[in-house]
Amino acid sequence: MRKVAIIGLGQTPVREHWDYSIRQLAVQALTEAMKDAGRSNLDALFVGNMLSGALAEQEHLGALIADYAGYAGIEAVKIEAACASGGAAVRQAVLAVASGQVDTAAAVGVEKLTEFSGKFTSKGLATAADADYEASIGLSFAALNALMMQRYMYEYKVPKDDFAVFPINAHHNARFNPNAMFQYDITLRQYRKAKPIADPINLLDSSPISDGAAALIIVPLDKVKGQDNAVEVVACEMATDTLDLANRKNAVWLKAAEKSSKKAYSVAGVGPGDIDLFEMHDAFSIVSVLSLEACGFSEAGQTLKKANEGYFKIDGQLPVSTMGGLKGRGHPVGATGVYQILEAAMQIRQEAPGNIQVPDVRYAMAQNIGGSGATIVTTILSK
Amino acid sequence: MDIPRYWRLRNQRYRLEGSRCKECGSICFPPRFLCPHCKSAEMEPYELKGRGKIYSYTIIHQAPDIFDKNVPYTVALIDLEEGARITAQLTDIDPDDVSIGMPVEMVIRKIYEDGENGPIQYGYKFRPILFTDAGS
Ligand SMILES: [Zn+2]
Repeated sequence: MRKVAIIGLGQTPVREHWDYSIRQLAVQALTEAMKDAGRSNLDALFVGNMLSGALAEQEHLGALIADYAGYAGIEAVKIEAACASGGAAVRQAVLAVASGQVDTAAAVGVEKLTEFSGKFTSKGLATAADADYEASIGLSFAALNALMMQRYMYEYKVPKDDFAVFPINAHHNARFNPNAMFQYDITLRQYRKAKPIADPINLLDSSPISDGAAALIIVPLDKVKGQDNAVEVVACEMATDTLDLANRKNAVWLKAAEKSSKKAYSVAGVGPGDIDLFEMHDAFSIVSVLSLEACGFSEAGQTLKKANEGYFKIDGQLPVSTMGGLKGRGHPVGATGVYQILEAAMQIRQEAPGNIQVPDVRYAMAQNIGGSGATIVTTILSK
Repeated sequence: MDIPRYWRLRNQRYRLEGSRCKECGSICFPPRFLCPHCKSAEMEPYELKGRGKIYSYTIIHQAPDIFDKNVPYTVALIDLEEGARITAQLTDIDPDDVSIGMPVEMVIRKIYEDGENGPIQYGYKFRPILFTDAGS
Protein backbone atom coordinates (compact mmCIF):
# COMPACT_ATOMS: atom_id res chain seq x y z
CA MET A 1 0.00 0.00 0.00
CA ARG A 2 1.17 3.53 -0.80
CA LYS A 3 1.33 6.31 1.77
CA VAL A 4 -1.20 9.04 1.08
CA ALA A 5 -1.60 12.75 1.74
CA ILE A 6 -4.31 15.38 1.77
CA ILE A 7 -3.41 18.30 -0.50
CA GLY A 8 -6.69 20.15 -0.97
CA LEU A 9 -9.24 21.47 1.52
CA GLY A 10 -12.64 23.02 0.78
CA GLN A 11 -15.63 23.84 2.95
CA THR A 12 -18.83 25.84 2.98
CA PRO A 13 -19.86 27.66 6.14
CA VAL A 14 -22.08 25.47 8.36
CA ARG A 15 -25.49 27.10 8.45
CA GLU A 16 -29.15 26.52 7.77
CA HIS A 17 -28.65 26.91 4.02
CA TRP A 18 -32.21 27.52 2.87
CA ASP A 19 -30.98 28.94 -0.46
CA TYR A 20 -28.65 26.12 -1.45
CA SER A 21 -29.28 22.58 -2.61
CA ILE A 22 -27.19 19.51 -1.87
CA ARG A 23 -25.48 19.68 -5.25
CA GLN A 24 -24.60 23.37 -4.83
CA LEU A 25 -23.06 22.82 -1.41
CA ALA A 26 -21.08 19.78 -2.54
CA VAL A 27 -19.84 21.41 -5.74
CA GLN A 28 -18.77 24.53 -3.85
CA ALA A 29 -16.68 22.53 -1.35
CA LEU A 30 -15.18 20.23 -4.00
CA THR A 31 -14.29 23.10 -6.32
CA GLU A 32 -12.57 24.97 -3.51
CA ALA A 33 -10.64 21.83 -2.52
CA MET A 34 -9.46 21.19 -6.11
CA LYS A 35 -8.34 24.81 -6.39
CA ASP A 36 -6.50 24.54 -3.06
CA ALA A 37 -4.82 21.37 -4.34
CA GLY A 38 -3.89 23.06 -7.61
CA ARG A 39 -5.35 20.14 -9.57
CA SER A 40 -7.78 19.90 -12.43
CA ASN A 41 -8.00 16.12 -12.82
CA LEU A 42 -9.94 13.87 -10.54
CA ASP A 43 -10.12 10.05 -10.81
CA ALA A 44 -12.63 9.10 -8.14
CA LEU A 45 -15.21 10.74 -5.89
CA PHE A 46 -16.53 9.38 -2.59
CA VAL A 47 -19.53 11.27 -1.22
CA GLY A 48 -20.30 10.96 2.50
CA ASN A 49 -23.98 11.57 3.14
CA MET A 50 -26.69 10.09 5.33
CA LEU A 51 -30.12 11.55 4.56
CA SER A 52 -30.29 12.92 1.02
CA GLY A 53 -32.89 10.32 0.07
CA ALA A 54 -35.09 10.85 3.13
CA LEU A 55 -34.84 14.63 3.38
CA ALA A 56 -34.09 15.98 -0.10
CA GLU A 57 -35.64 13.15 -2.16
CA GLN A 58 -32.31 12.72 -3.90
CA GLU A 59 -30.14 9.62 -3.87
CA HIS A 60 -27.40 8.65 -6.31
CA LEU A 61 -25.20 11.52 -5.18
CA GLY A 62 -21.98 10.08 -6.65
CA ALA A 63 -22.96 10.58 -10.28
CA LEU A 64 -24.90 13.78 -9.58
CA ILE A 65 -22.05 15.60 -7.86
CA ALA A 66 -19.37 14.31 -10.22
CA ASP A 67 -21.41 15.68 -13.12
CA TYR A 68 -22.21 19.09 -11.60
CA ALA A 69 -18.63 19.55 -10.40
CA GLY A 70 -17.34 19.06 -13.94
CA TYR A 71 -16.06 15.50 -13.64
CA ALA A 72 -18.81 13.61 -15.46
CA GLY A 73 -17.68 10.10 -16.24
CA ILE A 74 -15.37 9.41 -13.30
CA GLU A 75 -15.90 6.69 -10.70
CA ALA A 76 -18.21 8.15 -8.05
CA VAL A 77 -20.28 6.65 -5.24
CA LYS A 78 -22.13 7.67 -2.07
CA ILE A 79 -20.97 6.14 1.22
CA GLU A 80 -23.45 5.89 4.10
CA ALA A 81 -22.72 5.11 7.75
CA ALA A 82 -25.13 7.46 9.60
CA CYS A 83 -23.23 10.31 11.29
CA ALA A 84 -19.97 8.55 10.40
CA SER A 85 -20.65 8.77 6.64
CA GLY A 86 -18.05 11.51 6.18
CA GLY A 87 -15.25 9.63 7.94
CA ALA A 88 -16.24 6.48 6.05
CA ALA A 89 -16.00 8.34 2.71
CA VAL A 90 -12.51 9.58 3.61
CA ARG A 91 -11.51 6.02 4.50
CA GLN A 92 -12.66 4.84 1.05
CA ALA A 93 -10.76 7.64 -0.69
CA VAL A 94 -7.64 6.82 1.33
CA LEU A 95 -7.91 3.11 0.45
CA ALA A 96 -8.48 3.86 -3.22
CA VAL A 97 -5.29 5.93 -3.47
CA ALA A 98 -3.24 3.72 -1.13
CA SER A 99 -4.08 0.65 -3.21
CA GLY A 100 -2.65 2.22 -6.35
CA GLN A 101 -5.93 1.94 -8.24
CA VAL A 102 -6.60 5.67 -8.13
CA ASP A 103 -4.17 8.62 -8.27
CA THR A 104 -6.39 11.52 -7.25
CA ALA A 105 -9.46 10.92 -5.11
CA ALA A 106 -11.88 13.34 -3.49
CA ALA A 107 -13.89 12.76 -0.34
CA VAL A 108 -16.84 15.12 -0.11
CA GLY A 109 -19.16 15.14 2.88
CA VAL A 110 -22.47 16.89 2.34
CA GLU A 111 -25.73 17.12 4.24
CA LYS A 112 -28.87 19.18 3.81
CA LEU A 113 -31.08 18.71 6.87
CA THR A 114 -33.27 21.79 6.47
CA GLU A 115 -35.05 20.84 3.25
CA PHE A 116 -38.21 19.73 5.08
CA SER A 117 -39.66 20.74 8.44
CA GLY A 118 -37.91 19.69 11.64
CA LYS A 119 -40.10 16.68 12.43
CA PHE A 120 -38.94 14.90 9.26
CA THR A 121 -35.36 15.65 10.21
CA SER A 122 -35.62 14.04 13.65
CA LYS A 123 -37.38 11.06 12.12
CA GLY A 124 -34.62 10.80 9.55
CA LEU A 125 -31.87 11.03 12.16
CA ALA A 126 -33.55 8.30 14.21
CA THR A 127 -32.97 5.88 11.30
CA ALA A 128 -29.35 5.62 12.53
CA ALA A 129 -30.79 3.57 15.42
CA ASP A 130 -32.47 0.14 15.30
CA ALA A 131 -35.77 0.76 13.49
CA ASP A 132 -37.57 -2.30 14.89
CA TYR A 133 -36.49 -2.03 18.53
CA GLU A 134 -35.46 1.55 19.25
CA ALA A 135 -36.95 4.17 16.91
CA SER A 136 -40.37 2.52 16.46
CA ILE A 137 -41.02 2.35 20.19
CA GLY A 138 -40.42 6.05 20.76
CA LEU A 139 -36.69 6.66 21.08
CA SER A 140 -35.19 9.74 19.53
CA PHE A 141 -31.52 9.96 18.72
CA ALA A 142 -31.00 12.25 21.72
CA ALA A 143 -32.78 9.71 23.94
CA LEU A 144 -30.19 7.02 23.16
CA ASN A 145 -27.40 9.36 24.16
CA ALA A 146 -29.36 10.34 27.25
CA LEU A 147 -29.47 6.68 28.31
CA MET A 148 -25.67 6.64 28.16
CA MET A 149 -25.36 9.95 30.04
CA GLN A 150 -27.74 8.90 32.83
CA ARG A 151 -25.84 5.66 33.35
CA TYR A 152 -22.49 7.49 33.31
CA MET A 153 -23.69 9.96 35.96
CA TYR A 154 -24.86 7.02 38.07
CA GLU A 155 -21.71 4.90 37.74
CA TYR A 156 -19.21 7.69 38.34
CA LYS A 157 -21.40 9.82 40.62
CA VAL A 158 -20.93 13.02 38.63
CA PRO A 159 -23.38 15.92 38.61
CA LYS A 160 -24.84 17.20 35.36
CA ASP A 161 -23.18 20.61 35.76
CA ASP A 162 -19.79 18.95 35.25
CA PHE A 163 -20.63 18.28 31.59
CA ALA A 164 -21.10 21.98 30.78
CA VAL A 165 -17.37 22.39 30.23
CA PHE A 166 -17.54 20.67 26.83
CA PRO A 167 -20.25 22.81 25.17
CA ILE A 168 -18.73 25.94 26.76
CA ASN A 169 -15.31 25.09 25.31
CA ALA A 170 -16.79 24.22 21.89
CA HIS A 171 -18.70 27.50 21.67
CA HIS A 172 -15.65 29.45 22.80
CA ASN A 173 -13.50 27.96 20.04
CA ALA A 174 -16.27 28.34 17.44
CA ARG A 175 -16.23 32.09 18.08
CA PHE A 176 -13.06 32.35 16.05
CA ASN A 177 -14.06 30.04 13.20
CA PRO A 178 -15.86 32.00 10.45
CA ASN A 179 -17.35 28.75 9.11
CA ALA A 180 -18.90 27.81 12.46
CA MET A 181 -22.63 27.99 13.02
CA PHE A 182 -22.47 29.43 16.56
CA GLN A 183 -19.85 32.15 16.89
CA TYR A 184 -20.70 33.11 20.47
CA ASP A 185 -19.92 32.04 24.03
CA ILE A 186 -22.35 30.29 26.34
CA THR A 187 -22.30 30.29 30.14
CA LEU A 188 -22.92 27.73 32.88
CA ARG A 189 -26.02 29.74 33.82
CA GLN A 190 -27.43 29.31 30.30
CA TYR A 191 -26.50 25.62 30.37
CA ARG A 192 -28.46 25.10 33.58
CA LYS A 193 -31.52 26.82 32.14
CA ALA A 194 -31.43 25.21 28.68
CA LYS A 195 -34.57 23.48 27.43
CA PRO A 196 -34.66 19.74 28.24
CA ILE A 197 -34.56 17.42 25.20
CA ALA A 198 -34.22 13.94 26.71
CA ASP A 199 -33.26 14.14 30.36
CA PRO A 200 -30.42 14.60 31.36
CA ILE A 201 -29.61 15.96 27.86
CA ASN A 202 -30.66 19.53 27.24
CA LEU A 203 -30.44 21.81 24.22
CA LEU A 204 -26.93 22.99 25.09
CA ASP A 205 -25.64 19.41 25.34
CA SER A 206 -26.78 18.87 21.75
CA SER A 207 -25.18 19.77 18.43
CA PRO A 208 -27.49 21.67 16.09
CA ILE A 209 -29.36 20.61 12.95
CA SER A 210 -27.27 22.13 10.18
CA ASP A 211 -26.31 22.08 6.51
CA GLY A 212 -22.87 22.14 4.95
CA ALA A 213 -20.26 20.46 2.78
CA ALA A 214 -16.54 19.81 3.15
CA ALA A 215 -14.06 18.24 0.73
CA LEU A 216 -10.58 16.74 0.81
CA ILE A 217 -8.31 15.86 -2.12
CA ILE A 218 -6.20 12.78 -1.53
CA VAL A 219 -3.09 11.78 -3.52
CA PRO A 220 -0.02 9.54 -3.10
CA LEU A 221 2.38 11.06 -0.54
CA ASP A 222 5.58 10.53 -2.56
CA LYS A 223 4.45 12.95 -5.28
CA VAL A 224 3.77 15.84 -2.85
CA LYS A 225 6.13 15.23 0.06
CA GLY A 226 7.59 18.48 1.36
CA GLN A 227 4.92 20.61 -0.29
CA ASP A 228 3.44 23.24 2.08
CA ASN A 229 -0.14 22.12 1.60
CA ALA A 230 0.55 18.38 1.98
CA VAL A 231 -0.63 16.65 5.17
CA GLU A 232 0.08 12.94 5.55
CA VAL A 233 -2.77 10.62 6.49
CA VAL A 234 -0.84 8.31 8.81
CA ALA A 235 -3.93 6.29 9.75
CA CYS A 236 -7.63 6.13 8.94
CA GLU A 237 -9.28 3.14 10.61
CA MET A 238 -12.86 2.02 11.12
CA ALA A 239 -14.57 -0.31 13.58
CA THR A 240 -18.18 -1.23 14.38
CA ASP A 241 -20.29 -2.27 17.37
CA THR A 242 -23.90 -3.43 17.85
CA LEU A 243 -26.35 -1.00 16.27
CA ASP A 244 -28.64 -1.00 19.28
CA LEU A 245 -27.50 0.24 22.65
CA ALA A 246 -29.30 -2.52 24.58
CA ASN A 247 -27.04 -5.24 23.18
CA ARG A 248 -23.85 -3.70 24.61
CA LYS A 249 -22.97 -5.00 28.04
CA ASN A 250 -21.41 -1.70 29.02
CA ALA A 251 -23.38 1.23 27.62
CA VAL A 252 -20.79 3.75 28.82
CA TRP A 253 -17.83 2.32 26.94
CA LEU A 254 -17.52 2.90 23.17
CA LYS A 255 -15.93 -0.36 22.10
CA ALA A 256 -15.73 0.71 18.45
CA ALA A 257 -13.90 3.90 19.49
CA GLU A 258 -11.41 1.81 21.43
CA LYS A 259 -10.96 -0.61 18.51
CA SER A 260 -10.63 1.98 15.76
CA SER A 261 -8.30 4.21 17.80
CA LYS A 262 -6.09 1.25 18.79
CA LYS A 263 -5.86 0.24 15.13
CA ALA A 264 -5.05 3.83 14.18
CA TYR A 265 -2.37 4.17 16.88
CA SER A 266 -0.80 0.92 15.78
CA VAL A 267 -0.77 1.79 12.05
CA ALA A 268 0.64 5.26 12.83
CA GLY A 269 3.13 3.93 15.37
CA VAL A 270 2.02 6.40 18.04
CA GLY A 271 0.08 6.38 21.31
CA PRO A 272 -2.49 8.75 22.84
CA GLY A 273 0.36 10.71 24.48
CA ASP A 274 1.72 11.68 21.04
CA ILE A 275 -1.50 13.33 19.85
CA ASP A 276 -1.37 17.15 19.92
CA LEU A 277 -5.05 17.88 19.29
CA PHE A 278 -8.27 15.95 18.93
CA GLU A 279 -11.27 16.79 16.76
CA MET A 280 -13.81 14.65 18.59
CA HIS A 281 -17.42 13.80 17.83
CA ASP A 282 -19.14 16.00 20.43
CA ALA A 283 -22.66 15.49 19.06
CA PHE A 284 -23.76 15.41 22.72
CA SER A 285 -21.64 16.26 25.77
CA ILE A 286 -21.65 12.63 26.89
CA VAL A 287 -20.16 11.48 23.57
CA SER A 288 -17.13 13.72 24.16
CA VAL A 289 -16.54 12.02 27.49
CA LEU A 290 -16.96 8.47 26.18
CA SER A 291 -14.81 9.13 23.11
CA LEU A 292 -11.93 10.59 25.18
CA GLU A 293 -12.02 7.61 27.53
CA ALA A 294 -12.20 4.93 24.84
CA CYS A 295 -9.29 6.53 22.95
CA GLY A 296 -7.09 6.43 26.05
CA PHE A 297 -6.92 10.20 26.65
CA SER A 298 -8.31 9.83 30.14
CA GLU A 299 -9.30 7.02 32.47
CA ALA A 300 -12.91 5.88 32.74
CA GLY A 301 -14.74 8.24 35.06
CA GLN A 302 -11.91 10.83 35.19
CA THR A 303 -12.64 12.88 32.06
CA LEU A 304 -14.91 15.52 33.54
CA LYS A 305 -12.44 16.26 36.33
CA LYS A 306 -9.65 16.71 33.76
CA ALA A 307 -11.90 18.80 31.54
CA ASN A 308 -12.88 21.12 34.38
CA GLU A 309 -9.17 21.65 35.13
CA GLY A 310 -8.66 23.04 31.61
CA TYR A 311 -6.97 19.99 30.11
CA PHE A 312 -8.93 20.15 26.83
CA LYS A 313 -8.81 23.91 26.16
CA ILE A 314 -6.82 25.42 23.28
CA ASP A 315 -3.88 26.06 25.63
CA GLY A 316 -4.39 22.81 27.57
CA GLN A 317 -2.50 19.52 27.16
CA LEU A 318 -4.94 18.14 24.58
CA PRO A 319 -7.01 20.79 22.78
CA VAL A 320 -10.34 19.38 21.52
CA SER A 321 -13.04 20.73 19.19
CA THR A 322 -10.54 23.40 18.21
CA MET A 323 -12.77 24.92 15.50
CA GLY A 324 -15.93 24.54 17.57
CA GLY A 325 -16.58 20.82 17.22
CA LEU A 326 -20.03 19.50 16.36
CA LYS A 327 -21.55 21.65 19.10
CA GLY A 328 -20.11 24.97 17.92
CA ARG A 329 -19.22 24.51 14.25
CA GLY A 330 -22.40 22.52 13.70
CA HIS A 331 -23.22 18.93 12.76
CA PRO A 332 -24.20 18.52 9.11
CA VAL A 333 -24.39 14.78 9.70
CA GLY A 334 -22.77 13.13 6.67
CA ALA A 335 -20.37 16.07 6.21
CA THR A 336 -19.17 16.17 9.81
CA GLY A 337 -16.43 13.54 9.49
CA VAL A 338 -14.90 15.43 6.57
CA TYR A 339 -15.06 18.78 8.42
CA GLN A 340 -13.24 17.20 11.37
CA ILE A 341 -10.35 15.92 9.22
CA LEU A 342 -10.24 19.17 7.25
CA GLU A 343 -9.94 21.14 10.51
CA ALA A 344 -7.21 18.84 11.80
CA ALA A 345 -5.36 19.36 8.49
CA MET A 346 -5.76 23.15 8.78
CA GLN A 347 -4.19 22.98 12.23
CA ILE A 348 -1.21 21.02 10.86
CA ARG A 349 -0.88 23.51 7.98
CA GLN A 350 -0.94 26.33 10.57
CA GLU A 351 -3.95 27.82 8.78
CA ALA A 352 -6.34 27.97 11.72
CA PRO A 353 -7.52 31.44 12.81
CA GLY A 354 -4.99 32.98 15.25
CA ASN A 355 -6.87 32.49 18.53
CA ILE A 356 -7.53 28.82 17.91
CA GLN A 357 -4.30 27.80 16.17
CA VAL A 358 -2.63 25.14 18.27
CA PRO A 359 1.16 25.71 18.23
CA ASP A 360 3.53 22.97 16.97
CA VAL A 361 1.09 20.30 15.89
CA ARG A 362 2.89 17.11 14.90
CA TYR A 363 0.00 14.62 15.18
CA ALA A 364 -3.67 15.61 14.97
CA MET A 365 -6.47 13.08 15.46
CA ALA A 366 -10.12 13.13 14.40
CA GLN A 367 -12.85 10.71 15.38
CA ASN A 368 -16.20 10.42 13.63
CA ILE A 369 -19.02 8.45 15.29
CA GLY A 370 -22.15 7.01 13.67
CA GLY A 371 -25.32 6.22 15.60
CA SER A 372 -24.89 5.74 19.32
CA GLY A 373 -21.38 4.39 18.67
CA ALA A 374 -22.01 1.66 16.10
CA THR A 375 -19.59 2.93 13.42
CA ILE A 376 -16.44 4.79 14.39
CA VAL A 377 -13.65 6.11 12.14
CA THR A 378 -10.42 7.35 13.70
CA THR A 379 -8.00 9.33 11.56
CA ILE A 380 -4.48 10.51 12.44
CA LEU A 381 -2.74 13.19 10.39
CA SER A 382 0.85 14.32 10.50
CA LYS A 383 3.14 16.92 8.91
CA MET B 1 -47.85 3.13 8.26
CA ASP B 2 -45.65 0.12 8.96
CA ILE B 3 -48.21 -2.72 9.07
CA PRO B 4 -45.85 -5.43 7.74
CA ARG B 5 -43.34 -4.56 10.45
CA TYR B 6 -46.03 -4.57 13.11
CA TRP B 7 -47.21 -8.01 12.00
CA ARG B 8 -43.70 -9.41 11.66
CA LEU B 9 -42.76 -8.31 15.18
CA ARG B 10 -45.93 -9.50 16.92
CA ASN B 11 -44.21 -12.29 18.88
CA GLN B 12 -41.62 -9.84 20.14
CA ARG B 13 -44.01 -7.02 20.94
CA TYR B 14 -46.69 -9.12 22.64
CA ARG B 15 -44.71 -11.99 24.16
CA LEU B 16 -41.10 -10.84 24.39
CA GLU B 17 -39.99 -13.74 22.25
CA GLY B 18 -36.21 -13.73 21.99
CA SER B 19 -33.89 -16.55 21.02
CA ARG B 20 -31.80 -19.13 22.84
CA CYS B 21 -28.67 -20.70 21.42
CA LYS B 22 -28.88 -24.51 21.52
CA GLU B 23 -25.08 -24.76 21.58
CA CYS B 24 -24.07 -22.35 24.34
CA GLY B 25 -27.40 -21.43 25.95
CA SER B 26 -27.04 -17.67 25.54
CA ILE B 27 -30.30 -15.74 25.37
CA CYS B 28 -30.83 -12.79 23.04
CA PHE B 29 -33.44 -10.11 22.61
CA PRO B 30 -34.20 -9.21 19.82
CA PRO B 31 -33.98 -12.80 18.52
CA ARG B 32 -31.00 -13.60 16.30
CA PHE B 33 -30.37 -16.09 13.52
CA LEU B 34 -26.73 -16.58 14.52
CA CYS B 35 -25.44 -16.70 18.08
CA PRO B 36 -23.27 -13.62 18.79
CA HIS B 37 -21.25 -15.63 21.31
CA CYS B 38 -20.48 -18.95 19.56
CA LYS B 39 -21.71 -18.23 15.98
CA SER B 40 -23.98 -21.28 16.03
CA ALA B 41 -27.01 -21.17 13.75
CA GLU B 42 -28.94 -23.53 16.04
CA MET B 43 -31.24 -20.99 17.60
CA GLU B 44 -34.67 -21.61 19.12
CA PRO B 45 -37.42 -19.16 20.11
CA TYR B 46 -37.32 -18.32 23.79
CA GLU B 47 -40.00 -16.40 25.64
CA LEU B 48 -38.69 -13.97 28.25
CA LYS B 49 -40.59 -13.58 31.51
CA GLY B 50 -40.58 -9.81 31.30
CA ARG B 51 -39.18 -9.00 34.71
CA GLY B 52 -36.02 -7.07 35.39
CA LYS B 53 -34.30 -3.97 36.72
CA ILE B 54 -33.70 -0.55 35.21
CA TYR B 55 -30.12 -0.15 33.91
CA SER B 56 -30.64 3.40 32.67
CA TYR B 57 -33.51 5.70 31.70
CA THR B 58 -34.38 9.04 30.13
CA ILE B 59 -37.39 11.32 30.22
CA ILE B 60 -38.17 12.42 26.67
CA HIS B 61 -39.33 16.02 26.26
CA GLN B 62 -38.80 16.38 22.52
CA ALA B 63 -40.13 13.33 20.73
CA PRO B 64 -40.13 12.02 17.19
CA ASP B 65 -43.29 13.16 15.39
CA ILE B 66 -45.67 10.26 16.08
CA PHE B 67 -44.87 10.28 19.80
CA ASP B 68 -45.13 14.04 20.11
CA LYS B 69 -48.42 14.12 21.96
CA ASN B 70 -47.14 11.70 24.63
CA VAL B 71 -44.36 13.90 26.05
CA PRO B 72 -42.98 13.78 28.63
CA TYR B 73 -42.57 10.00 28.66
CA THR B 74 -39.86 7.73 29.97
CA VAL B 75 -37.83 5.09 28.17
CA ALA B 76 -35.41 2.75 29.83
CA LEU B 77 -32.81 0.06 29.28
CA ILE B 78 -33.94 -2.90 31.38
CA ASP B 79 -31.80 -5.82 32.49
CA LEU B 80 -34.13 -8.83 32.29
CA GLU B 81 -33.78 -11.71 34.75
CA GLU B 82 -32.67 -14.05 31.95
CA GLY B 83 -29.66 -11.84 31.16
CA ALA B 84 -30.79 -9.98 28.03
CA ARG B 85 -31.24 -6.20 28.07
CA ILE B 86 -34.21 -4.52 26.40
CA THR B 87 -35.17 -0.96 25.42
CA ALA B 88 -38.74 -0.04 26.36
CA GLN B 89 -41.07 2.71 27.43
CA LEU B 90 -42.06 2.84 31.09
CA THR B 91 -45.69 3.24 32.14
CA ASP B 92 -47.82 3.65 35.26
CA ILE B 93 -45.15 5.74 36.95
CA ASP B 94 -44.39 9.42 37.44
CA PRO B 95 -41.16 10.13 35.51
CA ASP B 96 -39.70 11.78 38.62
CA ASP B 97 -40.01 8.54 40.58
CA VAL B 98 -37.91 6.42 38.18
CA SER B 99 -34.48 5.30 39.37
CA ILE B 100 -31.69 3.00 38.24
CA GLY B 101 -32.04 -0.45 39.83
CA MET B 102 -35.83 -0.20 40.15
CA PRO B 103 -37.60 -3.58 39.59
CA VAL B 104 -40.04 -3.51 36.66
CA GLU B 105 -42.30 -5.93 34.77
CA MET B 106 -43.75 -6.09 31.28
CA VAL B 107 -47.29 -5.08 30.40
CA ILE B 108 -48.98 -4.67 27.02
CA ARG B 109 -49.97 -1.11 26.28
CA LYS B 110 -50.74 1.15 23.35
CA ILE B 111 -47.51 2.28 21.71
CA TYR B 112 -49.08 4.73 19.28
CA GLU B 113 -52.12 5.57 17.23
CA ASP B 114 -51.64 6.34 13.58
CA GLY B 115 -54.10 9.20 13.11
CA GLU B 116 -57.86 8.95 13.54
CA ASN B 117 -58.45 6.09 11.13
CA GLY B 118 -55.14 4.28 11.29
CA PRO B 119 -54.55 1.11 13.31
CA ILE B 120 -53.51 1.36 16.95
CA GLN B 121 -50.19 -0.31 17.67
CA TYR B 122 -49.77 -2.24 20.89
CA GLY B 123 -46.63 -3.64 22.41
CA TYR B 124 -44.53 -4.07 25.53
CA LYS B 125 -43.97 -1.36 28.11
CA PHE B 126 -42.65 -1.84 31.63
CA ARG B 127 -44.12 -0.73 34.94
CA PRO B 128 -42.77 -0.79 38.49
CA ILE B 129 -43.28 -4.04 40.44
CA LEU B 130 -45.25 -3.05 43.50
CA PHE B 131 -44.12 -4.20 46.93
CA THR B 132 -47.38 -6.11 47.43
CA ASP B 133 -46.58 -8.62 44.69
CA ALA B 134 -42.80 -8.56 44.90
CA GLY B 135 -42.79 -12.06 46.39
CA SER B 136 -45.15 -13.62 43.89
ZN1 LIG C 1 -24.13 -19.76 21.22
